[in-house]
Amino acid sequence: MTAAPGYAPRRTLPLRVEIVRQFKRRRTVVAFGLLLALPWILVIAFQFGPQGPDSNQGLRISDLATASGLNFAAFALSASASFLLVVAVALFCGDTVASEASWSSLRYLLAAPVPRDRLLRQKLIVALGYSAAAVICLPLMALLAGTLAFGWDDIQVPGTGETIPALDVLPRFGIVIGYALVSQLVVAALAFLISTVTDSPLGAVGGAVGLWIVCTILQAVEALGVLREFLPTFWNNAWIDALAPELDWSGMAKGASISVTYAAILIAVAFRRFRRKDVVS
Amino acid sequence: MKRTAALVAVLAVLGVTLWLVWPSTPEVRGQAQRIPVVDGPADDQRVDLDTTFFPPPGGGKAPAVLLAHGFGGSKRSVRAEAEHLARQGYAVLTWSARGFGGSTGEIALNSPDYEVKDVKQLIDWLAERPEVRLDAAGDPRVGIAGASYGGAIALLTAAHDPRVDAIVPQITWSDLADALFPDATGGGPANGVFKRMWAGIFFGQGGAVQPGGQGGGSDGAAQGLEALNRRPEPMTAEQARCGRFLPSICEIYQEVAETGKATPEAVELLKASSPVHVANRIKAPTLLIQGQRDSLFPLGHADQNARAIAATGTPVALAWYDGGHDGGNGEADWLREQTLSWFGRHLRGEDTAPVSAFTITRDGGRDPGTRQRIRLHPEADAYPGLGGTDVTAVTLDGPEQHVANPPGGSPAAISTVPGVSGLLGGQGSTGGVSIDMPGQSAAFESAPLTAPLQLTGSPTVKVRVHGSGEVTLFAKLFDVSDSLQPPALPAGLVAPFRVTIPEGAGSAEATVTLPAVDHRFDTGHRLRFVVSTTDMAYATPAAPATYRIGLASPALSVPTVASLAAPPTGVAWWVWAMPLAAVVLAAVLLATGRTGSRRATGAPERAPAPDDAPPLEINGLTKAYRNGELAVDGLSFRVEQGQVLGLLGPNGAGKTTTMRMMMGLIRPDGGEVRIFGEPVTPGAPVLSRLGSFVEGPGFLPHLSGRDNLELYWAATGRPAADARFEEALEIAGLGKALQRAVRTYSQGMRQRLAIAQAMLGLPDLLVLDEPTNGLDPPQIREMREVLKRYARDGRTVIVSSHLLAEVEQTCTHVVVMHRGKLVTTGPVSVLLSTAAAAAGAGNGHGPRLEDVFLDLIGDKA
Repeated sequence: MTAAPGYAPRRTLPLRVEIVRQFKRRRTVVAFGLLLALPWILVIAFQFGPQGPDSNQGLRISDLATASGLNFAAFALSASASFLLVVAVALFCGDTVASEASWSSLRYLLAAPVPRDRLLRQKLIVALGYSAAAVICLPLMALLAGTLAFGWDDIQVPGTGETIPALDVLPRFGIVIGYALVSQLVVAALAFLISTVTDSPLGAVGGAVGLWIVCTILQAVEALGVLREFLPTFWNNAWIDALAPELDWSGMAKGASISVTYAAILIAVAFRRFRRKDVVS
Repeated sequence: MKRTAALVAVLAVLGVTLWLVWPSTPEVRGQAQRIPVVDGPADDQRVDLDTTFFPPPGGGKAPAVLLAHGFGGSKRSVRAEAEHLARQGYAVLTWSARGFGGSTGEIALNSPDYEVKDVKQLIDWLAERPEVRLDAAGDPRVGIAGASYGGAIALLTAAHDPRVDAIVPQITWSDLADALFPDATGGGPANGVFKRMWAGIFFGQGGAVQPGGQGGGSDGAAQGLEALNRRPEPMTAEQARCGRFLPSICEIYQEVAETGKATPEAVELLKASSPVHVANRIKAPTLLIQGQRDSLFPLGHADQNARAIAATGTPVALAWYDGGHDGGNGEADWLREQTLSWFGRHLRGEDTAPVSAFTITRDGGRDPGTRQRIRLHPEADAYPGLGGTDVTAVTLDGPEQHVANPPGGSPAAISTVPGVSGLLGGQGSTGGVSIDMPGQSAAFESAPLTAPLQLTGSPTVKVRVHGSGEVTLFAKLFDVSDSLQPPALPAGLVAPFRVTIPEGAGSAEATVTLPAVDHRFDTGHRLRFVVSTTDMAYATPAAPATYRIGLASPALSVPTVASLAAPPTGVAWWVWAMPLAAVVLAAVLLATGRTGSRRATGAPERAPAPDDAPPLEINGLTKAYRNGELAVDGLSFRVEQGQVLGLLGPNGAGKTTTMRMMMGLIRPDGGEVRIFGEPVTPGAPVLSRLGSFVEGPGFLPHLSGRDNLELYWAATGRPAADARFEEALEIAGLGKALQRAVRTYSQGMRQRLAIAQAMLGLPDLLVLDEPTNGLDPPQIREMREVLKRYARDGRTVIVSSHLLAEVEQTCTHVVVMHRGKLVTTGPVSVLLSTAAAAAGAGNGHGPRLEDVFLDLIGDKA
């Protein structure tokens, strides 16, 4: 008798259990609450803000936000993709292992025993799931809020001011959300790696966001030339191409490529380190 | 750590050293000198040219480049360019043209009798220099580059002096009369409309006497802010009238500027300064760089020059760059590259990257990182001319419309304000804002485009004008997007034309050639052709008049260049290669990182553990701290079924480390732990028979006690029925507190809940670390009973504690550790009796475990 009756490594830490363990956390609820409330806050801000002159010269994405629900959702995504979503994704992925370590519950899970690879895999899947939910729920809520507040209309493209029919743009919107998901993969993987190294959940989240900020600053240094293209943040806004009249994949392809590259390596390093790690928390 | 720091230090020192000794780019030194020349129609006028020579910094004999300045400038304005070229290994000569900067003489507008003769003598001078490579005696290898006024002298010198080997004229004219009196119907300058504002600025710049500039040895005229801040010096009447122009030119200019009509003398004079008439004599390979935003010398001028030069077989390349006299040269670096590769090819004979016959700068959107503008440079192998390779006919629609010429020609429509548009900046690729005055323009519009249309060249359209006499009109083509944006006038260019309606005819037709531009009309946009009566930049008749304008033919011919529409460069190779490589690397990282479990469990000696294997067996277990000190040092002991084993030792004895190794949390450096005969590795299945509580409880603080236990059990993946929740919860004794979140619990409550968690499923081996910490005496007593009962049922319990009395009462056996080593092991009773025997048992009651323990670890004294 090598194991207790009924024990099978494949059945340890089911996803359902991990989802419940994470869902009841205040942090999760607050993060989702904030993401779901943001579109409404923006709607209120646009309603109360002074009405600017109608001579829209720049046609920036923010000028067009009140044109329709779709425009509003695009604006909400652009306003949040650069930082808010990064923080949300870093939160879900950076917190997941480090918080268990800080609560000391990690050692009991490992002694249960949940095999280490399996523990990481299950936690990564659930953390990515929550991150994806965060990335998806914001534009969807923005679409709902924007449609209720500004009506359902065709989308106006920032920059050129062209119009694309609403029904044509809905699949494009799916592409935008999908790309936003893929581009956040780097943050997720980075936060996850730090999470397996440190016992401090805040350290993991802060570390990932901090590195993100450093990358954003670096990419403003034009002297780096073409090297900047390989910074994980460089293609972050490439999803704007999906809303152009002619869909341009090149930027998003590069961005996805960079994102997947970094993510694969970071996650592999996380697994490799965690396997050999002495758990002393 | 130390090694890492040393490595970083060594690398830093290396880097700094390398940076210090790295060969810096050679310093370029300019040598100023005055070169006397003789020119004039009779070769009798002496002029002193203020020059600076930049020898090639690398030494040796190098090809020479003459760098000419623009109108109103001096040799100082091209100093930076000269230094750049010299650093690339050219001998560079800059000079202030006659009438400019520190040179003497008067401006003759690049006349073959004056300026061209000067430059020929500069080439003679270069031929004498030891730094300059010669093709033959008196014939240096020399190229000429320059913009605007400097570009024209490059073309004219190349036409008059066969020694010139390559030229790169920028934003310059083909026919100066055409530039100042354009007519879009092809009527020539005699029929042209006077480009009043540009002409004024052009002559004004040459007219201003540069104070101090005449003084010998000065390095040229003050420029920019310096010139603006300098106090203007009083001028003589002659100076104020003509400045430094040759008096004959001055007089002719004053005449045409007053009337707004080109006189035959003026056309003749300007013709002498126009390269297009002598371009067929140019044998030097020519790279013409013309600005897309240039209302002074629009792209059509480069087109005429290119065709005239190419007609005799001389190699010509054209580039339409993003800039021009209307400002906005954001791609100076690109122009330098093009110039260098042209000279590299034709002066040095290098096999540098070829310059394509036709290159256009186009807007490539914005850099996703910096949001800066990106410029694309699509190329074509042949220059198609302004007619394009293909023509798309766009149907315009609109009735005949009445337009009026306002009395005095004011207010006038605004398209480009010369000299100001560039300063205002902000002109995107869509062109500037243009204002038409009401009642002065007729508009004809196309239907919204169903596909994008890339116009490259000059569109043409036929108009019919009703009225009488000479009619001055301005044609422009707008890009109309929608109601949100004002219509854009590409490059801010207009085509002035003059129609003469024969007496009694009532109307006349004219084919208007619109300005050459490169502009993309997007899908859904409309093309709007506008004819107006005024434009601020041009001289218009002062007499009020009304005309009726209509289209003679509804078709607007839009030239396109298919060969330029460079196919989108396919996906860069790294886009797919990099993720693949990363996935492979990730797989390698994972595959090579698989240690421990496979090696141990897959070992050949592995046989099914016998059923009677002891619950715990430790052999030679060793673990070092990171600093090398041993936390556990060759520990071996064995625990039999049914025992309650006390693990004793002072702080730091290695008890907790041993327990962690039992749980597979940390990896032993040597030896092994076996549970029920199975070696313990991280995640070994046999750990499911072990219940543990080590170094304090670990719960999710936001969940209730019950949820914590239930979710923990669910995480083990075992059937809920095996958990024996009720028995475990009874031990915890938390009552209603079980429903509260764990973060509200006291230390003792958490402790009890953790022990209950360890007992979930009634594991065969229970490991408890200081289980009585934080418990009150009744609870301690209860715990004692629980543990005894637990072992009685055939299970095994290992307890570590420092409460020795507690251990004495609870445990059947003890293991004593000190500094990582086993001190003794055995039944409690034996330990006590041996000690009693050793002590002589003289004092009536047996020794306490405490005394024995202190004895063993040698701390008693």
